[in-house]
Amino acid sequence: MTAGLVAAPSAVDDVARGRVRRAVRWRAVVTVLAVLVVLTYVLTLMVGRTFYPPGDVVRVVLGQDVPGASFTVGRLRLPRATLAVVAGLSFGLAGVTFQTMLRNPLASPDVIGISTGASAAAAVAIVLLGLGGTAVSVFAIVAGLVVAVLIYLLAYKDGGAGTRFILIGIGMAAMLHSVIAYVLSRASQWDYQEALRWLSGSLNGVTWDRTVPALVVLVVLGPVLLTQTRALEAIQLGDDTASALGVRVERTRLLAMVAAVGVLAFATAACGPIAFVAFLAGPIAARVVGPNGSLLLPAALVGALLVLVADLCGQFAFGTRFPVGVVTGVLGAPYLIYLIVRSNRVGGSL
Amino acid sequence: MTLDHALTADALTLGYGERTVIDGLDLVVPPGRITAIVGANACGKSTLLRSMSRLLAPRSGQVLLDGKAVHRMPAKELARTLGLLPQSPIAPEGITVSDLVGRGRHPHQKLLARWSREDDEAVAEALAATQTAELADRSVDELSGGQRQRVWIALALAQRTDVLLLDEPTTFLDVSHQIDVLDLLTTLNHTRGTTIVMVLHDLNLAARYADHLIALAAGRLHAAGPPEQVLTPQTVQAVFGLSSEIITDPVSGKPLMVPRGRHHDLARQDLARQDLARQDLAREDPVREDLVPEEPAREAMEREVGVGRLS
Ligand SMILES: Nc1ncnc2c1ncn2[C@@H]1O[C@H](COP(=O)(O)OP(=O)(O)O)[C@@H](O)[C@H]1O
Ligand SMILES: [Mg+2]
Repeated sequence: MTAGLVAAPSAVDDVARGRVRRAVRWRAVVTVLAVLVVLTYVLTLMVGRTFYPPGDVVRVVLGQDVPGASFTVGRLRLPRATLAVVAGLSFGLAGVTFQTMLRNPLASPDVIGISTGASAAAAVAIVLLGLGGTAVSVFAIVAGLVVAVLIYLLAYKDGGAGTRFILIGIGMAAMLHSVIAYVLSRASQWDYQEALRWLSGSLNGVTWDRTVPALVVLVVLGPVLLTQTRALEAIQLGDDTASALGVRVERTRLLAMVAAVGVLAFATAACGPIAFVAFLAGPIAARVVGPNGSLLLPAALVGALLVLVADLCGQFAFGTRFPVGVVTGVLGAPYLIYLIVRSNRVGGSL
Repeated sequence: MTLDHALTADALTLGYGERTVIDGLDLVVPPGRITAIVGANACGKSTLLRSMSRLLAPRSGQVLLDGKAVHRMPAKELARTLGLLPQSPIAPEGITVSDLVGRGRHPHQKLLARWSREDDEAVAEALAATQTAELADRSVDELSGGQRQRVWIALALAQRTDVLLLDEPTTFLDVSHQIDVLDLLTTLNHTRGTTIVMVLHDLNLAARYADHLIALAAGRLHAAGPPEQVLTPQTVQAVFGLSSEIITDPVSGKPLMVPRGRHHDLARQDLARQDLARQDLAREDPVREDLVPEEPAREAMEREVGVGRLS
């Protein structure tokens, strides 16, 4: 290594060209994902027991009065499709935030019990306490944060990341699942849809009063998370490196955790913990984006796409209708098993 | 030449939980020079560096950079002056070299600001200095140990700090790569005046490359100063519990530590050989039978001097 310490202008141009090339690819991927989300969203509004052409749908969305379509699309399909997008964005964003922050694809909130915690709290609030609306969301977010903090404290060692964190989280998820099962067994009139919603997530019977709080929280906290992208990417290199790069590691982790649990819990309160969306969105986004840039926004879009497509499939692809969470669960479980098998084979930590 | 910065530790006490690792340490890092920290495993070298880069808050005392306590400085401001390459940084799966090195620009970037020409220059320079420019688009996972270490150093260089701390930058490298890395750091020090503080395992490389040697023992400063003064048999004994001789390195003229160990000591081995030869003679000559030591004693001696197959 005897080379001089000053780079030739052409070398600087090479670096700049490489960076611009990656940025262009990243923007192209994000644009394509966003377009796909919009197209699937519109498609979701078009199909159902009655078919409405795109023109009618767009006019309803713009607030014009279209006989028939105004009710079916505006009242029934619009809140459901909108919640699908909001929940997908929320789950994708929260999942990739946790995975990046804890440097482990298994560390997503739906694997380590945070979604289950929020879901259990919502079930308790609705079924046992008879609450509704915002109170349910508050219950869910508090429970999500409590679970996150609990896992963090139980697993606290060398900054809290790592295998202990994940194993304790998986144990916690199992425990909270039994809480949900217990709550549902106590429900006065057995509601099959409700049960499925809290166990694996469902978009059936969604109305605006469930969709709006999740949307508002996403609009507020989503940008907060996106501003932490660079700090989270520095934390990926290890706490020591991040600190040396001027990141306040514990503060960033706390902020990101609260914001991620916030969007996650509000979405969960609205539609339950749609299985494995948080877990799958990041790795899929990583595949699509490649080494070209941040995963936060792409993962959010992949999350939205997953929920929209899974809901379409659940409603129309099979003879009977399945809730969205059943479809995403079928997608996610094999990947979870694959990850665990692979980490066993590599001979190491989860 | 860059501005010289004064980095000092003032009655610094560090620890984890109940345990105290560094106890009341006073330390001055000479500005614009190369300092090497040596000491036994687990004596607190990494802990000291982590505290200097503000990851670990002191129990008491402080680390001062130009008279200001680093733990009270804004994180990014400190990171523009003082960089650290930790002992075991983590490369995310699939990350490319240029992406990794680019993250060294973090302390220079505003929250949402775009990349500047200066960022590109810093990255290009860091890649050129570490000869990793041709690896720019490769994935870090697929590099050799030596290449990977150069990439990590490039990350620290891209940060463009006047003070650079490195925790065992040569561990896991073969000897020629160790020399490469240390030569690079020396060039950096000579051309830019970067103050370098590094933890090194190899005492002899530390003595050769450092202007200033710091020896830690049991959480305290044992000795500090030019290698010629610090690297003595007494220091080696106190810090590593090792008996040694110090000679002059014929290449650099710096002190060179030669460990004594239990085997391979020419002086002791000659004596032992003569002894065993005499005993063999005695065995062949029944008259001198009285000279042969009892078997266990002989075995013990052979084991001790490592010449078991001699007879
Ligand atoms: N994060 C930590 N938590 C608890 N103890 C630690 C931690 N890091 C290091 N130690 C302990 O502090 C002591 C000093 O460690 P370290 O500074 O890494 O030593 P060195 O770098 O000199 O080998 C060791 O006994 C180690 O076990
Ligand atoms: Mg160390």
